[in-house]
Amino acid sequence: MQVTVNGEDTQLTAGTTVADLVAARSGGHDRVAVALNGDVVPRSSWPETRISPGDALEVLAPTAGG
Amino acid sequence: MSTSELAPALAREEATDPFVIARETFTSRLLLGTGGVPSLETLEAAVRTSGTQLVTVALRRVEASTSASMLKVLDRCGVRLLPNTAGCRTAREAVLTARLAREAFGTSWVKLEVIGDEHTLLPDAVELLDAAEQLVADGFTVLAYTTDDPILGRRLADAGCAAVMPLGSPIGSGLGIRNPHNIALLREGVDVPVVLDAGIGTASDAALAMELGCDAVLLASAVTRARDPERMALAMRQAVEGGRLARLAGRIPRRWHAEASTSFEGLPAL
Repeated sequence: MQVTVNGEDTQLTAGTTVADLVAARSGGHDRVAVALNGDVVPRSSWPETRISPGDALEVLAPTAGG
Repeated sequence: MSTSELAPALAREEATDPFVIARETFTSRLLLGTGGVPSLETLEAAVRTSGTQLVTVALRRVEASTSASMLKVLDRCGVRLLPNTAGCRTAREAVLTARLAREAFGTSWVKLEVIGDEHTLLPDAVELLDAAEQLVADGFTVLAYTTDDPILGRRLADAGCAAVMPLGSPIGSGLGIRNPHNIALLREGVDVPVVLDAGIGTASDAALAMELGCDAVLLASAVTRARDPERMALAMRQAVEGGRLARLAGRIPRRWHAEASTSFEGLPAL
C-alpha cells in the first residue's frame, strides 16, 4: 500500500503497524514520536495501530536546537 | 581571594537563592541550547563547564535528526531536557509539536516558540498566546519564548505560563539586549520567572539581563558558535552569577556629577 512517511511516498506491506514502521525507521533513537494524519500516536498504541493506504506519517527524533 | 576561599560564599548564595520554575528547583540560572554545536565533544565540555541543569533540544524528521549519541551525552551530563517547538509558525503546529515532544521525551515541559517568519524569527504574538492557552489547558508546563513587550509578557503569565522568556534581540543575532527598559518593565509586571532568551552575544549581555532582574538566561549560539565554546560557557556562567549577585546586592544610583569616595575633611593645605 502507498503511504507518505516524512513527506516521501512509501510502499508498505498491508497490515504494517506504527510499531513496525518505527522499528524500521528510528535509526537507533529511543526517544521517537509519531504523528498519524496530524495526530499524535501515543507510544503505548504503536503495536495495535495499523497503517492504512493513503496515511500520512511523521516519524520524529531529537536533534540539536536552541 | 582564591577560588577555594570564595567557595563558601558561592555555596551560601546557591543555598539561599534557588531558581524555581513550576516548583522545580535549580541552582544554575543558565539554560543552554544545543543548536549550532560543532561536535559532541564540544557540547559535553560546554554543558559541563556552564554548570547548566536545563538544556533545550528540538524534534525533527528522523532522517534529519542528529545521531542518538547527542542524547547519551546529555543524559551523561545529568541535565534535564527542555524540548522546544522551534520552526513552528502556527498555534496548531506548535501544540502538535509539543504533544509529540511530550511523547518522545516523556516531559510535559516545553519551550514554546511560534515564529512569524524565517527572516527575523520573531515571535508571532497572536499564535503564541493561542498556543500557550491550549498547552496550559492540556497540562503542559509552558516556558514561552516571546518578544520584549511587557503587556504580552503579562498576558502569557496570566494564561498560566510557568516562565516568560523575552528576547533581547533576534535569535542568533548576538545583538544583545536592544531594549533594557522593556525587559525591566516586563520583569516588574509578572510573578513568574523571567528568562532572557535570544540575542545574547557575549558575557556582558548575560550579566545585564540578570542586573535588569531576569531570573535566568537562555543562550545557545553565543556559546556553541564562539571560537572557544568551552571558555565562553565559563564566561557565561560567571556573567550570570555576577549579574545575579549585583542585582541582589543593589547597585548604586546613577548620578550626573561625581560623588567623592574619599572625604574632603582634613584635606591639607599644600
